[in-house]
Amino acid sequence: MMIDADAGYLESHEWAKKQDGNVFTVGLTAYAIEQLGDIVYMELPEAGTEVIAGEPFGVVESVKSASDMYAPISGTVVEANTDIPDNPDILKGDAYDAGWLIKIEASDPDEFEDLMDNAAYKKFLETEA
Amino acid sequence: MKLVFEKSVEGRRGLRIAKSDVPTSINLNKSLLRENDADLPELSELDVVRHFTKLSRRNFGVDTNFYPLGSCTMKYNPKVCERIAAYPGFAHLHPLLPQLRSGGMLTQGALEVVYEMDMLLREICGMSAFTMQPMAGAHGELTGIMMMAAYHQDKGNKKSIVLAPDSAHGTNPASAAIAGYTVRTVPSDENGLMSIDAMKEMLTDEVAGLMLTCPNTLGLFNPHVKEICDLIHSVDGLVYYDGANLNAIVGKVRPGDLGFDIVHVNLHKTFATPHGGGGPGAGPVGVVDRLVDYLPISTVIKRTDGTFALDYDKPKSIGYIAPFYGNFGIILRAYVYILMLGKEGLERVAENAVLNANYIKEKLKPYYDIEHGQLCKHECVFSATRQAKNGVHALDIAKGLIDAGFHPPTMYFPMIVKEALMIEPTECESKETMDGFIEAMIELAKQCETDPESLKAAPVTTPVGRLDETKAARELNIASV
Repeated sequence: MMIDADAGYLESHEWAKKQDGNVFTVGLTAYAIEQLGDIVYMELPEAGTEVIAGEPFGVVESVKSASDMYAPISGTVVEANTDIPDNPDILKGDAYDAGWLIKIEASDPDEFEDLMDNAAYKKFLETEA
Repeated sequence: MKLVFEKSVEGRRGLRIAKSDVPTSINLNKSLLRENDADLPELSELDVVRHFTKLSRRNFGVDTNFYPLGSCTMKYNPKVCERIAAYPGFAHLHPLLPQLRSGGMLTQGALEVVYEMDMLLREICGMSAFTMQPMAGAHGELTGIMMMAAYHQDKGNKKSIVLAPDSAHGTNPASAAIAGYTVRTVPSDENGLMSIDAMKEMLTDEVAGLMLTCPNTLGLFNPHVKEICDLIHSVDGLVYYDGANLNAIVGKVRPGDLGFDIVHVNLHKTFATPHGGGGPGAGPVGVVDRLVDYLPISTVIKRTDGTFALDYDKPKSIGYIAPFYGNFGIILRAYVYILMLGKEGLERVAENAVLNANYIKEKLKPYYDIEHGQLCKHECVFSATRQAKNGVHALDIAKGLIDAGFHPPTMYFPMIVKEALMIEPTECESKETMDGFIEAMIELAKQCETDPESLKAAPVTTPVGRLDETKAARELNIASV
C-alpha cells in the first residue's frame, strides 16, 4: 500500500494516524522508504520526549543519505517502536501499521487538520515524480 | 587471492640474522613479556614482494584510470610535487624544531613556504590573511564558523542561526551545528540555485551567517551572489565560501571580490595534492580584514630583517585548532603546484575544467535526464530517472561503469536530484579519455533498455563482485574477521 487512507501527511513524507483519544501513531510513508533504499540506522526518541510539529524527532540513515524525520504533530512521545532500528526491513512490507515509529500524545489534536489528506498527498507525490 | 597468512609455511624465513655474540639480558618485568611467539606469517622475501605487488595491481586511482567522482576534484597529482616534498630538508624536519631557540633558523625554508603560501592564497581568493592549520575542508569549515562565532561574541551580537542551501555538502550544516548554531535550510529555486526570496524570508537579526558553495553542487554559479552577500551583511551576518568547488573559478573570480568574508580552500582538490582513501588533506581558511584577529595560532610572520617566525601573539585568536602547523607536506606540494602553473596556468585550469564538464554534459544529454541542463561550471549532475523506469538505478549504472574501467561518479548527491549521477572530469583528462567514458555511459544507457537485469550483477570484472552495502553498517563487527 503506497498511501493510507486514514493518515495525514507532511511534504517531508511522514504520516500521522489517530489511534485513540489524543494519541497518534507516526511513521514514514511507503514512498519515503522506497526512496531511501536500504536503511542502516535509525534514531528514535525515548518515551517522555517533547516533540514540536515540523521539527525533527529522529534520524534515518540509508545507504544513500542521512535525513531528519519531522514530527507531523506536537506533543509527548509515549512509545517508540524499538523493533524498527534493529530490523528496518519491517518498514518495506508495512509502512503504515507494523512500521509505525513513535506514538505521540498530542498537545493540540487539531494540528492533525493541518496535514495533507491522502488525496492531497497523492497529488503531491505526482509533482515529486 | 589468498591472505598473506594463508600463504605462510612453517619455518620459511625472509632473512637470517647472524647470531649475536654479545650477551643479552632482558630486564623487563615478566608480565610484560610474551609467552608465545607472535602469530606472524612465515614467508620468503620473494613471497612477500609478490603478494604486495599483486595487491597493488588491484588498486584503482587517478594514476591508473579516469576518476570522475563529482565534487571531489580527483585531478592528477603531478609527480614533481611529490619529488620536492621528499627532499630531505623538508621531509626530515622535526615539527618541534621551530620551537627551539635556534630552531627557527634551521627551519627558515619551511616557514617561508608556509608564509609564501599564505600570500599566494590571499591573492587567489581576495582575502586578507590565511591560517594553514586545518587538516581538511570540513576542519576548515569548523575553524571558519568558530571565527564567525568569535566575531559575533566580540561585537555583542546575539546570533543563533546559520543558513545553508539544500544543495549544500552535508559538512556545512554539520560544522555549524558542532559550533553550536541552529541550522536553517534554504530551498533551491526552479533554476537549481539557492532561492533569494526564500532566504529573505528567513533573514532575521538572529542570522549569524550563510554558508555557500559557489558554483554549487549542481555545478551552477549563482549570478546573484553579490546581492546575497549584501543581504547577509545587512543583518551583520558573515558569508562563508565553501571552497570545495573553487576549481571552477580559480584564477577567474575571487570570493573576496564577490563579498565573501571567510573562505576555505581544499588544497587536495583545487591544488592537486593526493587524496582519496582518507587523505591527508589540507583546508586553509582565509578571512577579510575585520576577522584577522580571530585566526588560530600560530601563524608565520616575516620579520623586518627578512627572517620568518611563528607568531602566537593574538589575544583574540580562537586558539589552537590543530597541533603544529597543519599538514605541512600537503601545503608544500600545493605551493609547488601553484608556482609551477603560475597565474596563466591557474586560469587555464578553470577554463578546461569547465569546458570538459560541459563537453560530457552535452554528449550525454540525449541519453540521461538532466534537470538543470544550462551551461555548467566544473561538474554536471544527471538523473537516472529514465533508467529507473526499467528497474536500473544510479547505483547499478555506477557499478556497470566499474566493469568498463571507470571510477563511478558521485551517486545520490546532491539530495535535491533523484537518482543523481554527479560527474566531474577535471581539467586533466584528454578528449580521448572523456570520449571513452561517454561511450561507456551510452552503452550502459542502451543496456538499461535491452538487458536491465545484467546490470544488477555488475561489477563482474573486479576481484570482488557486488558488495552487500548494508551488512557492515547493520552488523558492525570489526573484532572478528
